[in-house]
Parts: sequence; structure tokens; C-alpha cells
Amino acid sequence: MSTILIIEQVLNGLQFGVMLFLMAAGLTLIFGVMGLINLAHGSLYMVGAFAAAAVAGATGSFFLGLVAALAAAALAGAVIEMVVIRRLYAAPHLDQVLATFALILIFSEGTRWVFGSFPLFLDIPVGLAGPVTLPGGIEYPLYRLALIGIGLAVGLGLWALIERTRIGIQIRAGENDREMIAALGVDISKLYTLIFALGAALAGLAGALVGAIQSVQVGMGEPVLILAFVVIVIGGIGSIRGAFIGALLVGLTDTLGGVFLPELFKLFMETGAAQKSGSAIASMAIYILMGLVLVWRPTGLFGARG
Amino acid sequence: MKRFLMAAAATALGASSAAADIKVGMITTLSGGGAGLGIDVRDGFMLAISQSGRDDIEVVIEDDQRKPDIAVQLSDKMIQSERVDVMTGIIWSNLAMAVVPAAVNQNVFYLSPNAGPSPLAGKGCHQNYFNVAWQNDNLHEAAGAHANGAGYSNTFILAPNYPAGTDALTGYKRFYEGELAGEVYTKLGQTDYAAELAQIRASGADSVFFFLPGGMGISFLKQYANSGIDLPVVGPAFSFDQGILQAVGDAALGVVNTSQWNKDIDNPTNAAFVESFQAEFGRLPSLYASQGFDTANLLISALEAADPSDADAFREALRAADFDSTRGDFAFGPNHHPVQTIYAREVIKEGDVFTNKIIGTALENHSDAYAADCKM
Repeated sequence: MSTILIIEQVLNGLQFGVMLFLMAAGLTLIFGVMGLINLAHGSLYMVGAFAAAAVAGATGSFFLGLVAALAAAALAGAVIEMVVIRRLYAAPHLDQVLATFALILIFSEGTRWVFGSFPLFLDIPVGLAGPVTLPGGIEYPLYRLALIGIGLAVGLGLWALIERTRIGIQIRAGENDREMIAALGVDISKLYTLIFALGAALAGLAGALVGAIQSVQVGMGEPVLILAFVVIVIGGIGSIRGAFIGALLVGLTDTLGGVFLPELFKLFMETGAAQKSGSAIASMAIYILMGLVLVWRPTGLFGARG
Repeated sequence: MKRFLMAAAATALGASSAAADIKVGMITTLSGGGAGLGIDVRDGFMLAISQSGRDDIEVVIEDDQRKPDIAVQLSDKMIQSERVDVMTGIIWSNLAMAVVPAAVNQNVFYLSPNAGPSPLAGKGCHQNYFNVAWQNDNLHEAAGAHANGAGYSNTFILAPNYPAGTDALTGYKRFYEGELAGEVYTKLGQTDYAAELAQIRASGADSVFFFLPGGMGISFLKQYANSGIDLPVVGPAFSFDQGILQAVGDAALGVVNTSQWNKDIDNPTNAAFVESFQAEFGRLPSLYASQGFDTANLLISALEAADPSDADAFREALRAADFDSTRGDFAFGPNHHPVQTIYAREVIKEGDVFTNKIIGTALENHSDAYAADCKM
């Protein structure tokens, strides 16, 4: 196992982590501020990918596709917040889960109705295609490097938004005491719609960016949604910083575990069996990580509420 | 007036149930991520039924959502309340294992248009079970044989960590004679293959074999094309079927894949099938559609010789497989699985459409490794 391979795998883990962060950030904001469990967050990821594929296919421009993804996901988020989610803030979590699960089904079948059952084509922009050679002779796909950059930039932007702007102050206040900020004259329902649309736009952005190297198909959001929940539980529900650290931890654990556990098992097993059992354990690694973190800190790494 | 309408409805119902002498239950995947496969099988099947002009065959179609528990519920309903004579349609091997053994033991005939798990070909074979597609290992075995012919001697192989994935790598290794540069099991449903691609790059392999059906294959191929790795890729047709090639795009061009069917197999049945499928549905048929079409034609050929109520005669008629297949000659082996030629295809672009072209034969008159274990 050479150093180059290890560095390459760490980059892969980082890239996976920052994309998870885009998903988890919206999820954790929505849960933190509104106390809502939104299972349909994965559908917004799918909406972003489909919008990007449709627009990029029609115009030939990946950038326009990205813009469309952001707009479509934000719009879809705002609409479901106003039509459905708004009625659920006071409801128990079980009702929220039921209603947002219904939204998953509606989005999935609606997307199939519009786009058909076969996966769509979305390719990475020509300027970002192919590998680049990094210092040390590591060949790494340029697009994945760009993903790491975009993810970090969005993280920084979110931090600035929350810590440095008026809206950020309202969001933080909303997390702490929503009756109080309503009493202080902040239009809470507008704030909620805004936060929901922001979270949705981030999910849509992730869907479009990742859709270019994966397959754009119905149901693509649900596996990512599960990982995003793991991330926010590890990071502490409601904490953007926690979501960021949690996402990187999950990304690195998942990638490095998948590579190194089978290698480790090969030391005392024959190759085929080591591969099978190693990769089986590796797919549990993030859940084991989550368990350990929760034993150590029951509210997650940066979680405030119990 | 109301009474009259109800009487008319009852008459209509009575008439339709009298006309439908044969009831076929189709359980297949029509929603969720794997729906493209089920839709192709259904469309191929129904095309053959409508072309036969028989109005005495009623097909009850239900969506299993790719969930074994739902497939079992549907199957119980079809056998116990719909009282179907023949069942078909299941795409996924884990669903087939949950449904087929119980169904055939209740004297229903099952014709598989896709899934061919190894237990049903070997020790668990049954006289009422017929597979019209392939045994799961077949296309992978053909890929192994093709790799030998192409002179590959150090292949990196990967598949998802689930029964059909294990079958795939086992099937490949059964025929492949060279060394393995690496053997990796990925997670089922995995969409990012960066870690595996780094391993492939570091392994010194001279070729790559992968089995990643559906969306997993799309992701893998797009990322492979963008990784700068320039090794020949071989795989079974499942990642290169008509439904997903358009989503992969240029990344799939030139890849060799193995299949028992392609649209350019030269026989009149196939030519007519491809043309009529395209006319009816506005898209090119996939291998799944061809399997659905063949399954329906097998059923129709058997119905012409015998009635399902006479189980022994009907079974003999199925076994004879006296129908025109899109694959040319079609015959069952002793375990009711096809004995067939498997071709090597290459992904090409025809105008704006990505599709496959046959470039050679990988295995001729190929049966499967489990037939000897089958005692029926």
C-alpha cells in the first residue's frame, strides 16, 4: 500500500465528506430551527439532479444546469414548506415522518411521470474532465478536486451567513427560542420558508454536482439521506459546525474503511474471504462510529439539546 | 336505470371472465430505481401477447416495488384469490427466491423472464419452473471466456457484496484462466467508486471485469472514464442495456459486454420484434424486453399444444420450447434453463443513440454449472 494510494483515498474521503455536508447542512438547519424531521430531503437532492440533467441536456451548459438545480430545489422546498410542512411544526415527530415519507413517494412517482423510468444523462463540464497530476505524482480527477473546493466554499459561506449576518442571528435565535423571536417581531413563518428553501437549495446543489459523476435516477436521494442523518446525529443535531465535522468523519471512515479493512483481514485470512468479510465490516463502519460517538457524547459532537 | 347499468356491468364481467380461459400473473418491478427493467419485461411480454391475437389470455400485472415481502404478498393473492395458472415477471433473484419455490409447490407454473439464481438451477430445481433468460452465472462465465480469447492475463474484478455479486465473480473465475490483479466486493447500491478506482490504478491490472447492474454501473463507468485509467473493460450486458446506455454516454463507447441477445441477431423473429417494439413504444428494446417477448411466446406455444389444467401435457409442451425466439434456436437443458449461445457485444453509437453491436461469440451452446445437481 503506497503513500500515493493512501493520499488519493484521503482525498476521496474528503470529497465524499463535503458532498455529504451539503446534504446534512440543510437537514440539520431544518431540524435545529424548526424541530422538523424532513425525510423528503433526499427528494430535493433528486430534484436538483433532474433539473440539472434536463437543463444541461437542453442547453449544453453545465453551469446553467447548476443554476437550474439550485432554483428548482429551492422552489420545491419553499412550495412544500408552505403547502405541507407548515402544518406539521406543532405535530409530533411521528406525524412529520409519515407526512414527509409521503412526500418522498409523491416526488419519486412525480419525477417518473415527468422524466420516465430510465436514468438521465448528465456529464461533467468539458473544462473539468479528466485527471490532473498533483505534486508527488498523484493522478486525481479534476472534477473531484473541484467538488472539494465547492464544498469547502459553501461551508465557509454558511458559516459567514450564520455568524455574520442579520438572518444568521435570527436563525440562531430561532434555534434557541422560537416564541421569543416571534414576540420580538420577526416574521417567523417567512424565516422558516427561507431556511427550508436554503436547505433544499443545498441538497439540490449536491444532487446536481454528484449527479454528474453518478446516475441521475428516481430514488437516488434515499441512500444519501440515510448517510446525512448519520452525519447530523454524529455532529449534533442543529449544529452546522457539527454537520461539517461529522460529514468529514463519515466520508473518511467510509472510504478508508472500505479500502483498509479488507487489507487488514488479508493478514490472517485468504484473499476472497478477507474481501467479503472486510467489505461487510466496512459497510458497518460508519454506524459503529455513530454508536461510539453517542456513547461518548449522547447529544453528538457539537449538539446542544438532549 | 341504475339496476340496468349494474346488470350490464355484470354481463360484461361475466363475458370477460368467460373469454379469459388462461390467467397469467405477472409480478415485476414497476416503481423505484429498478423500474426500467420491469417495464421492459412487461412491454416485451404484452407485445407478444397482443401480436398473437389471442383474447383468451388475461394478464394480471402487479408492481413488487423490488421488495421481497411485497412480492410474496402479491404471489399469495394471485395464487389464492386470482387463481392464476402461470406466473412470471420477477426481475431480482432475491425476490425470485422468496416467491418461486412456494408458487411452484402449489402447482402453478412459473416462467422466469430474468432472475436465474443458482439454487433454482441446481438442487432446488422444480418441474414447474422454467427460466427463459439465463442462469445468473452465464453472462459472467462468457465474460471470463472472452477475457481468455482477448489475451487478458491479469484482471481486476469487482461486484457488489450480495448473492448475485458473488455468483458473478464465481462465474467469471470459472472460465477465466489468467491471474487476478485484485478482487473487490463493493456495497450494494454504492454510487461512488473513487476508492475502487484508486485500487485498480495501483494494482497493475491489464483489464477490468465488473458486474454492477443498473445505476451502480452508470456511476462506475462515468467515474472510470474520468479517472484517467486506460484499461479495457469487460462486463455482462446488465450495465450496457438499452435503457441505461444513454445515461452513461460516451464513457461506455467501445466497452465489450456479453449477452445472449442483441438487436442485430440475424433472424426474422428478431427483426420483426425490434421493429414492432420500436413502433409500439418509441424506443429500442433492451435484452430484458427480448426476454419478456420470448417468455410470452413460449407460453403461447405451449398453450397451443395443451391446457394448463392438464399439467403434464402443458409441462411437456413448455419443455419442447417450440416457438420462434428472438435468439434464433432455443432449447431447454434438463434443469429447464436455456442452452444457448452467448455473444460478445461492443458499445457503439448509431447516429445519436448508443447501442450494442455483436463482435463475436463468447460461448457456444452453453448450459450452466448447476444442471448436474438438479434431480426432477
